Amino acid sequence: MSDLAQQAELTTRSGQSGQPLRLGVAEGMAGVLGLFLLISAVAPQFLAPGDPLGIDPLAAFAPPSFAHGFGTDESGRDIYTRVVHGTQYSLVIGVAATAIGLGLGIVLGTLAGMLGRVVDFTVNRFLEVLFAFPGLLLALLFILVFGPGVATATIAVGLSTAPGYARIIRGQLIAVRGAAFVEAATVLGRTRWQILLRHILPNTLAPLFVLATLGVGQAIVWAATLSYLGLGAEPPTAEWGAMLSAGRTYITSAWWMSFFPGLFIVLTAVTATVLGRSIDRRMRHA
Amino acid sequence: MSAAAVLSVRALRVGFGASAPVVRGVSFELAAGECLAIVGESGSGKSVTARSLLGLAGANARVEADRLELGGQSVLGLTDRAWRVRRGKDVGLVLQDALVSLDPLRPIGREIADSLRLHTTLGAAARARRVLELLDAVGLSNPELQVQKRSGQLSGGERQRALIAAAIALNPPLLIADEPTTALDVTVQAQILALLEQIKLSGTAVLLVSHDLAVVSRIADRVAVMHDGLLIETGRTERVLVAPQHEQTRRMVAAVPADKPRGTRLSLAASMPLAPAPIVSARADSTRPTASKPDAAVVRETVVLEAIGLSHSFRRPDGSRQLAVDDVSFSLLRGHTLGIVGESGSGKTTTARLLLALLPLEQGDVQLFGQAWSSVSEKRRRRRRASVGAIYQDSLGSFDPRWSVGEILTDALGRALPQTRSARRSPENLARLTTLLDEVGLAATVLPRRPLELSGGQRQRVGIARALAGRPDILICDEPVSSLDVSVQAQVLDLLDDVQRERELSLIFISHDLGVVQHVSDEVVVMRSGRVVESGSAARVFTAPEHAYSAQLLAAVPRLPG
Repeated sequence: MSDLAQQAELTTRSGQSGQPLRLGVAEGMAGVLGLFLLISAVAPQFLAPGDPLGIDPLAAFAPPSFAHGFGTDESGRDIYTRVVHGTQYSLVIGVAATAIGLGLGIVLGTLAGMLGRVVDFTVNRFLEVLFAFPGLLLALLFILVFGPGVATATIAVGLSTAPGYARIIRGQLIAVRGAAFVEAATVLGRTRWQILLRHILPNTLAPLFVLATLGVGQAIVWAATLSYLGLGAEPPTAEWGAMLSAGRTYITSAWWMSFFPGLFIVLTAVTATVLGRSIDRRMRHA
Repeated sequence: MSAAAVLSVRALRVGFGASAPVVRGVSFELAAGECLAIVGESGSGKSVTARSLLGLAGANARVEADRLELGGQSVLGLTDRAWRVRRGKDVGLVLQDALVSLDPLRPIGREIADSLRLHTTLGAAARARRVLELLDAVGLSNPELQVQKRSGQLSGGERQRALIAAAIALNPPLLIADEPTTALDVTVQAQILALLEQIKLSGTAVLLVSHDLAVVSRIADRVAVMHDGLLIETGRTERVLVAPQHEQTRRMVAAVPADKPRGTRLSLAASMPLAPAPIVSARADSTRPTASKPDAAVVRETVVLEAIGLSHSFRRPDGSRQLAVDDVSFSLLRGHTLGIVGESGSGKTTTARLLLALLPLEQGDVQLFGQAWSSVSEKRRRRRRASVGAIYQDSLGSFDPRWSVGEILTDALGRALPQTRSARRSPENLARLTTLLDEVGLAATVLPRRPLELSGGQRQRVGIARALAGRPDILICDEPVSSLDVSVQAQVLDLLDDVQRERELSLIFISHDLGVVQHVSDEVVVMRSGRVVESGSAARVFTAPEHAYSAQLLAAVPRLPG
């Protein structure tokens, strides 16, 4: 959640930093949606006061109506309430998975970029092995070993995104390490640690922030995929992927059961992407 | 208008969008076989003027004039299509950056043949013959071989020659050259200027655009000085250079460093008399009795930095090693300036990095105040790093792009970590920053700005301030003024001279520009291909060079006549 808070802070900061803040239509919509998702994640009762797990067999399979905006599922649970309450799972999984991937990527990338040729060679070969597997396959392998569940799914998604981040960080580090201002800091008598902390890492990680925002959207889709396959959150947990999976059986008769969770997966991913690109553009501009 | 005028411009005005016009009424004429030089600082509007004459001012430019005639025909308001017919045929263009101007993926022969193909009916074989003729005419050796090469495979001078060949392929009556020699070494610059002169003598009108009076004085018949969108002075070259009428022209003439003795002010303050008084006498009564040179010679002939047999080599892609610096020795005396001069690839910058102990030495040693400097560990060296400051050519790249000027200088002043915002804004820190900025002639208003938002001259001043922050004894300046306009260069050179006197600094001054080195140095080291070909007192090397290469370099330096 702290990443989200940072993301929100950065969005406002980039607005304050001088240039007139001109929001595009897509950015505005993404902003509104992002706010909605944020509230859903932090205080779902505020938007959907009902109980996401409360069953009402009499109202089962009700199509979208005034009483049940998104309809109900096979046990009469309100889909809208479940979708809203499910946001926190998806966002937590998405953000946590990205944090894991990024954290691991930073460690691996920094090792490869900073510690000389032997380490660089070793880390690179390791990354290449990981790259040989499609990301989702890697996640599946991990779950195969450690068993299904929300935590393993999150870690699995994080692990499978790590090699990509590590690569980018390594390249960025190598570029920044050779920059003239790093040499200038050496001439000023700074130690390697001071240079690493004050020049190299900030200049390496700033562009990464954008990538991470984009990555959250991707991670949410992957986590939902795992839940859909029954390897992440399990029904009746109000997680979007799991809801999608549960709705699959009734897709011909009760389309709303899978449509709305699916819609929110897509909307969340798109929101994260649009916000990420918007931040990227602003940072480039500044 | 005389009948022979190739180009006739009256009251040319160029503006972009809604902002004030950048060219505000420029008039001149150019006859066949004549060379007119438009000289001005960056931003004076000289390049926009030149580009307007080719219809290349840009899509959003408003070009107006009472008259704009090429070869007697008005070219005002021509369409793009009509311009395309004329460009190359009626007027040729040579730009500063030949590397960018030539397509990196095509052989230069094809580039040159292009205009022949578009504008003439010559067949392929005839075109190939003509290309070879042209390359020969611009003095490229082995044209048969060069014609196959791409721009990346040519040296800077060869590229510029190829570009000129392309520009004169159709024998245009007018050739426009915009800063054609700015990126080149002095000897190559001299050759290109000679080539342009030869083109002029063959009857082509040449319009030369440059920021450097000394460069254009070599071949220009007339000089037009441009300032703030207007031509402020036009006249025969000798007249303008010897007896400049306008204040701005005087400033530009004064800014040329070659042949000006050490200590002479290069930048004229607006109120200063025409003949600049040497700063030595001006400061004789200042509180600190700084040193005129004779004193220094008697009192402190102390060696502060000594290079003994430095060698360094780079690994080539094929694994073999190339010596970049080969057995280089010199010593820097306290309060003196040692100039290191050489053309690109001579090993100057590698030498600077060896002196700063940024590269490992393969052989030799650098000693600082008689103590080992390059052979000790970085850990032991770090404490003494404060005594050696550095100023870089690319000042922008030498600053962390995320930091403001205030952060850069605060960092350089103290070494506390972490650097908090409140510490940065404390009154003591602000006072220290203001003093530092004051010394390099900047106002405190630059503190919150990022280097990217500053002009080249301001940036270099911030670079100097950063180098001074640690109270160094020695400054190593690697091409500190090479990317600056002559007038800004003059100010920065004066500033360096001032701080050197104030702080009794010893300077290593590296430059490809002999004129600059001659102006600033007490001793000079001439380098070529990683070796020292000649060293000695500046006065001796610049008046009676012993080595043929030094003499050749010296002969190529652009100077003002008289």
